Amino acid sequence: MRARAAAAWLLIALIGAWVAPPPAAIAGEAVSLLDPALETRIKHLEEELRCLVCQGQSIAESDSGFAHDIRAEIVSMMRAGKSDREIIDFLVQRYGDFILFRPPVKSTTALLWAGPLILLAVGVVLMAVMILRQRRAPRPELSAEEVRRAESLLGVEEAKDKGGS
Amino acid sequence: MKLRLVLPLAVFALLVAFLYKGLMLNPSEVPSPLIDKPAPDFSLPRLHDPITAISNKDMAGKVWMLNVWASWCVSCRQEHPLLVDLSRRGIVPIYGLNYKDTREEAIDWLQRLGNPYLASAFDADGRVGLDYGVYGVPETYVIDAHGVIRYKQIGPINVDALQNRILPLIRQLQGQA
Repeated sequence: MRARAAAAWLLIALIGAWVAPPPAAIAGEAVSLLDPALETRIKHLEEELRCLVCQGQSIAESDSGFAHDIRAEIVSMMRAGKSDREIIDFLVQRYGDFILFRPPVKSTTALLWAGPLILLAVGVVLMAVMILRQRRAPRPELSAEEVRRAESLLGVEEAKDKGGS
Repeated sequence: MKLRLVLPLAVFALLVAFLYKGLMLNPSEVPSPLIDKPAPDFSLPRLHDPITAISNKDMAGKVWMLNVWASWCVSCRQEHPLLVDLSRRGIVPIYGLNYKDTREEAIDWLQRLGNPYLASAFDADGRVGLDYGVYGVPETYVIDAHGVIRYKQIGPINVDALQNRILPLIRQLQGQA
């Protein structure tokens, strides 16, 4: 009886070990071994960086070899106590501003940043000019014949008659 | 009011011109910030001779080409005959940066397809590649006698790039050196 119970427990333990993934498998990526604060910093930084191989994606989203390399570099630099600024500078030095999803404002990117505002300003000015022009346009003068026709079309004459009787 | 008719047409034409130009651009070619900057220093074991190191400083005073390649890289195969031909003509020393490869496969690859490199540096973990801003193999750098990167080819070298850009640049740089 005792032997049977022991065997049953052993079986349960074996199944349990097989179903539940070992902790090493969960912590497969080096990143999840770090403390949560560092992990959020890494995540935040990765979302700011473009994967140059799959350009629509950020480093955080991409699974390419390039993204893996950059991620490993970020982790090792953060472990070495580098600031976000230092890591970004390091990467920009090697890969250029294009690795940043938000390019810095400089002479080459001025049009990129100011462009939408300039277009908006042009649109507002055009609209203002058109509205003002329309307001200032003189009202068309009607001849006596036209006034009579307009009044008959609008039923003004009849209303007058009714009001008079 | 002729302007009213011409202006939208002009704006449209300008837009078309920009879009047309945009079609000709390759979005995967990201201009390297390393152009006209000193080539990053490296010292790596040689592919064929792990005990001896190879450094970019070894090439100081020479105009040289650094070609990033790997045996797993399909486009490297495409440009390889051009490199072999170029090295036979002896115009410029070509060094290789064997990127994230295994030694056996890399050596085997060169044995089968020919070895255009005076030597290849063995960059197993891609650390030197990272310093050079490598993100797509093959990539090729032209480095002048002062160790400054003057040109970067992203993706395989083709006849057009070689004849019209790389070789004229190398001749010009060699003339200055």
